[in-house]
Amino acid sequence: MASKYSNITFQGFRRENGRVGVRNHVVILPVDDISNAACEAVANNVKGTLAIPHAYGRLQFGEDLDLHFRTMIGTGSNPNVAAVVVIGIEPGWTKKIADGIRATGKPVAEFSIEQKGDFETIRAASWAAKEYVHWATELQREECSISDLWVSTKCGESDTTTGLGSCPTVGNMYDKLIPEGIYGVFGETSEITGAEHICKTRAINDDVAERWYRMWKAYQDDVIFAHQTDDLSDSQPTKGNIEGGLTTIEEKALGNLEKIGRECKFIDILEPAEAPQKGNGLYFMDSSSAAAECVTLMAAGGYVIHTFPTGQGNVVGNPIVPVIKITANPRTVRTMAEHVDVDVSGILRRDMTIDEAGDELIDMIRRTANGRNTAAEALGHREFSMTKLYRSA
Amino acid sequence: MSNAPHLLVHEKADNVGVVVVEGLTAGTDMLCCITHDNSTFRLTAGADVPIGHKIALTDLKAGDTAIKYGEDIGKITADVPKGGHVHTHNCKTKRW
Repeated sequence: MASKYSNITFQGFRRENGRVGVRNHVVILPVDDISNAACEAVANNVKGTLAIPHAYGRLQFGEDLDLHFRTMIGTGSNPNVAAVVVIGIEPGWTKKIADGIRATGKPVAEFSIEQKGDFETIRAASWAAKEYVHWATELQREECSISDLWVSTKCGESDTTTGLGSCPTVGNMYDKLIPEGIYGVFGETSEITGAEHICKTRAINDDVAERWYRMWKAYQDDVIFAHQTDDLSDSQPTKGNIEGGLTTIEEKALGNLEKIGRECKFIDILEPAEAPQKGNGLYFMDSSSAAAECVTLMAAGGYVIHTFPTGQGNVVGNPIVPVIKITANPRTVRTMAEHVDVDVSGILRRDMTIDEAGDELIDMIRRTANGRNTAAEALGHREFSMTKLYRSA
Repeated sequence: MSNAPHLLVHEKADNVGVVVVEGLTAGTDMLCCITHDNSTFRLTAGADVPIGHKIALTDLKAGDTAIKYGEDIGKITADVPKGGHVHTHNCKTKRW
């Protein structure tokens, strides 16, 4: 059924596989930590490219290695990325990642350092990167439907105002846009603790609910209880949460869950960095509650815009995905204005409704999709943090 | 602006509310609003409580359950008078 949101359009980059991006990055992607220097040198040589250095990629194995590949391939495959230069220490894993990204149809060039050295690798990769920049900068935005958008969410430096204002604003947005055909995702497995009985009821059916609950419980048993000392307080909630007035994990979780609104049901559960396979709708991604890790995983899952409610003022950004900051805390608006994209503090004064706040967020999503740089982009926040499951070999 | 509340409460069943103004001082006659139905009531702040922190809507005893969003958010660990500050010094998760 048509709503006032059905006709929203934006100017995006339609990629070879049909997905739509809102940014047009040429990424220089290291396979492993020791290839960061070569990637950064290429990005320094060729303006308009973006190196994404990270800490891992050697001696990982099993599920942890699968996650590494999924994150690398997913990041390169994200429709906000036009073309990719992949550099690794040796050709095997370099090819695996390059081929994974090539499946999208976008241009990918791969280089490995052994038997050549940094100089020769940087020289050859710089030529490829320069060609990609010329090509990508001639790509034109075209009109796209709101239903082409994939919008993720995760909140950070939460306080009691996030549960009152900024999280319900995101929830209202999902209640309005999920029926229009967008893809959504929420996660933060540890941070549902205290609201798991409610979250379970928001699954589309009993099977998804049971699988969600098993995933949540496994995290409790295998990670929290296996590693806890006497308490998780000071970590969940964090020192910042406590400063902001959140007392317990239950209180934090109930506020967190406001991000999925009143109507939406989640249709499937994603592994960390996994791309959704069941069509448009809301998904749950098994993910860390740490801001940079979670946004990195969702970006690798293919989401192109991130909505980030904050209370005390988390400053996180992402290299390839614009992160829209929403806050209802008037003190944060006053003291950290340069980080705020959508000010919904009127909700606390009762001079703005959640419905109005949701509409403001939708308009900011549209503008961001059109190319408006977010606060995090303007301030150069490019946090890229890989999730690691266990020690390397 | 003069009608802006000092304290917001999510649900009628809640026994704590959230301070939403900066610089709240003890003795303030607070305008309180329940967001679920926009109903209002008055309550005197019993302490200087920072923005975002919680205030007891009724006398709470050690062992009581703190209710917010209409849900259990933890146990009260020390008595709190009506209007008093509720936080980590007198409220704790039941989980960990």
